[in-house]
Amino acid sequence: MTLIAPEQIQRTLANPSLQQAIYASTGRLVEKRRAAVAAEALPDYQELREQARLIKQHTLENLDHYLEQLESNVRAHGGEVIWCRDGADVVEFLAGLAGRKQARLIVKSKSMTTEEIDLNERLQHHDLETLETDLGEYIIQLAREKPYHIVAPALHMTRYEVAEIFSRRLGVASETVPENQTKIARAVLREKFLAADIGVSGANFLVADSGAVVLVENEGNARLSTTLPKVHVALAGIEKVIPRAQDLAVLLKLLGRSATGQALTVYTSILSGPRRAGEIDGPDEFYLVLLDNGRARLLADREKRESLSCIRCGACLNHCPVYRKIGGHSYPWVYSGPIGAIITPQFQGTTSNPWLPFASSLCGACAEVCPVKIDIPKLLLMLRSEVTKAGQREGRNRLERLGFRLWAWIMRHPRLYEMSGMLASALTPEENGGWLGRVPALLNRGPLKAWLSHRDLPPVASKSFRQRWRARRKAGGA
Amino acid sequence: MSARVTLFVTCLVDQLFPEVGMAMADVLERLGYEVDFPEGQTCCGQPAFNSGYHEEARQVARHFLDVFDHAEYIVAPSGSCAAMAKHHYGDLFRKEPRYLEKAERLASRVWEFSEFLLGVAGVEDVGARWDGVATFHDSCHGLRELGIKEGPRRLLSRVRGLTLREMDIAEECCGFGGTFSVKFDTVSGGMARTKIDSILRTGAGAVVGLDTSCLMQIRGALSRAGSPVKTLHLAEVLASR
Amino acid sequence: MSRDHILHKVRTALGRSAGRPPAPAPPPRLRVEEMDAEARIAALFAALEKLAGKTFRAASRDEARSYAASLVDGKTAVASNAPLLAECGITSLAGVRSGFFDRDELKAACAAADVGITGADYALADTGTLFMLSSRHEARMISLLPPVHLAVVSKEKILTGLDELLTLVPIPSEVTSSMVLITGPSRTADIEQILVRGVHGPGEIHVVVV
Repeated sequence: MTLIAPEQIQRTLANPSLQQAIYASTGRLVEKRRAAVAAEALPDYQELREQARLIKQHTLENLDHYLEQLESNVRAHGGEVIWCRDGADVVEFLAGLAGRKQARLIVKSKSMTTEEIDLNERLQHHDLETLETDLGEYIIQLAREKPYHIVAPALHMTRYEVAEIFSRRLGVASETVPENQTKIARAVLREKFLAADIGVSGANFLVADSGAVVLVENEGNARLSTTLPKVHVALAGIEKVIPRAQDLAVLLKLLGRSATGQALTVYTSILSGPRRAGEIDGPDEFYLVLLDNGRARLLADREKRESLSCIRCGACLNHCPVYRKIGGHSYPWVYSGPIGAIITPQFQGTTSNPWLPFASSLCGACAEVCPVKIDIPKLLLMLRSEVTKAGQREGRNRLERLGFRLWAWIMRHPRLYEMSGMLASALTPEENGGWLGRVPALLNRGPLKAWLSHRDLPPVASKSFRQRWRARRKAGGA
Repeated sequence: MSARVTLFVTCLVDQLFPEVGMAMADVLERLGYEVDFPEGQTCCGQPAFNSGYHEEARQVARHFLDVFDHAEYIVAPSGSCAAMAKHHYGDLFRKEPRYLEKAERLASRVWEFSEFLLGVAGVEDVGARWDGVATFHDSCHGLRELGIKEGPRRLLSRVRGLTLREMDIAEECCGFGGTFSVKFDTVSGGMARTKIDSILRTGAGAVVGLDTSCLMQIRGALSRAGSPVKTLHLAEVLASR
Repeated sequence: MSRDHILHKVRTALGRSAGRPPAPAPPPRLRVEEMDAEARIAALFAALEKLAGKTFRAASRDEARSYAASLVDGKTAVASNAPLLAECGITSLAGVRSGFFDRDELKAACAAADVGITGADYALADTGTLFMLSSRHEARMISLLPPVHLAVVSKEKILTGLDELLTLVPIPSEVTSSMVLITGPSRTADIEQILVRGVHGPGEIHVVVV
């Protein structure tokens, strides 16, 4: 494990306009959520959170049953269920489907799960144009970047950067007014919606008793992607299942408010299969693609299983003081912020980015706002323990381990503890009782030096509390 | 009131900020408590626990549990240390019945200082005087693990001469986070900067808090910015006359 | 087969065996408010107006027709096959085309239309939401493609909120392949968190209660 924060973090911190963009945008989302869950607006907020937690926990604990019920109902409504172990399976299915339909153009609504498996890039190899239709996703697709935030993919961009991307990639004159930029995107994408062969969506929830996918959005692009093309493919992780449509009464109340402060987003669709007899429009074919990609393995870890309860609202990101400094691209995977910090090591192993669980001050703001009550700080602490144990097995971080062993030994022996305090005090004398960064050259190196560059080391008190206490007692009280 | 209170001063206060421990003792003695200080105490084990060294944390925690085994009221000038002892020892000793029992018995006997004054001593006005404008920083562990929010503000509202002005981001983390401030020093420094910008916007002459770790972090950022704003622990304010 | 492989992994992870019934689920939580008819209309309108939706209380079917007429005036519109629209005389207004049952024809008409006119199966008062099921009476793209959407709702269909809706219609998928809740005009804040309306769906929405 390295003590040196990854370079991307340093670059983000050194960029004042980016810092401002991240902090301001997340700040707005924080305020919107606060108003939406305040006692006047949602008096049952805490009760709803507990219900949501229970619904998710119950479903995960009985996931096989609900997956089978979901599949059975999807098929009863004329759809097909495709089970995929990983991204390769998904691509194989989609490429095969596109081939059979002689499809060229796919329109996509926003789906973090498709980002997780790099769907667009992989489909390009099969000669398929896959177009993002959510405005934020469209912008970052043009910019060839990864999403910056689970809910707001282009959170980090200014209108000037958007103008530059549009003029460079679409060949239009530079336009910096967001309303006009939106009009440009609307016009381009409208053509695509009308011409597309296949619509690919994610799913916010998979409803077992309905055989349905729930899509939550504000723009209308998910509705268009799933209404106009003749084929609809919905891709979702197996953990997205909920038991009943009636459970949406709890979950939808929390999702919009936690994410953007909206009681309900503009469009909530419940789609269960191809159009039925008598229905005038809608797709002729529906495929629900269920993705494992490591989720079943996470399920096995009883203590960390709650990580799979996430409904992808993004509230933890908005409230995380670390995310608000380092931004979405400092995280190694597509999922950023506190939720990213706990699921990345579980999906990819703790040794791939051992620093990640430590990139937190454990302030607990994330746990406080999570609508399904995932105890993120507790999970981070568990992951830290796993990282150090792995480090021990592999012979890394010997110095740190030794340091803590020594520290623990001293802390178990009060006399030693007192002596080491007196030694430190002797080495770092107070000078005029003031705040000067006085550290003997011997100690002023490495992580201590870095730590000190941001703050002044307080001098170790010339008389510790216990010494003063003894003196006070001897003198017979205050 | 001749009840006895046992001080858990915390290693940080013991070694770096002894005046905070003395102030807390002063306030408690003035309220009529008999105050004792078990010399065997060292640390609650949080640094090792937070760094993922749970075995080492357990060693230190066992010592802590033995030292404070018989104390009826254990009072600490720190939300994070009190929370460690109250909430995390249970996790640490899940597989050790003997110490688990001690940890469970400990949980209801540990108090953060302001919690003790309001919840046990039943006192809001400790007769303090401190002239000036102050703002209050909500330390994360105290706020989110112990639910401490209104209490310190009620205590401060009774300090003669003190005007309390809220900063706009009182609940945002100062960036200390223990070893986080070492491992991710630039991020930590950035968080401190955001915090002090908010403090400076209040125009207050001092920022008051429950944890010396937060105050140390904030003090460092203030001095780097050349600001004369003082940092004070709640105990220091309540002890002043 | 991936299906068996995945289900097997899930069961192993949970310590469950095939065919074993699930533990009892927490009962659904539905709290239906008490609200009289007038209060419902008032709440519906207040919620919609906060979202920049336009609202109109029609005292009669004729008034509903007049509202539609002034909105459509000189423009092209596509109306759904909702019986209420014909009953109000909206489908016979100049510029309004309806009676589409062919998907491609409907698509061409909607892509060119200025206004889409629909009924609504229900409306939800607390959030200002329209609830629409896809059926032979209501096609999906009419409330989606044209830049303006006009919905005519009868006042008996105004529910207090999602809880009442899911109490009345516990499994929407039993009656339709597509159910949508529409809450205000299409919008985004993807660029600098600045609100822009009418991204892909209609930027203007009118709800007439009759």
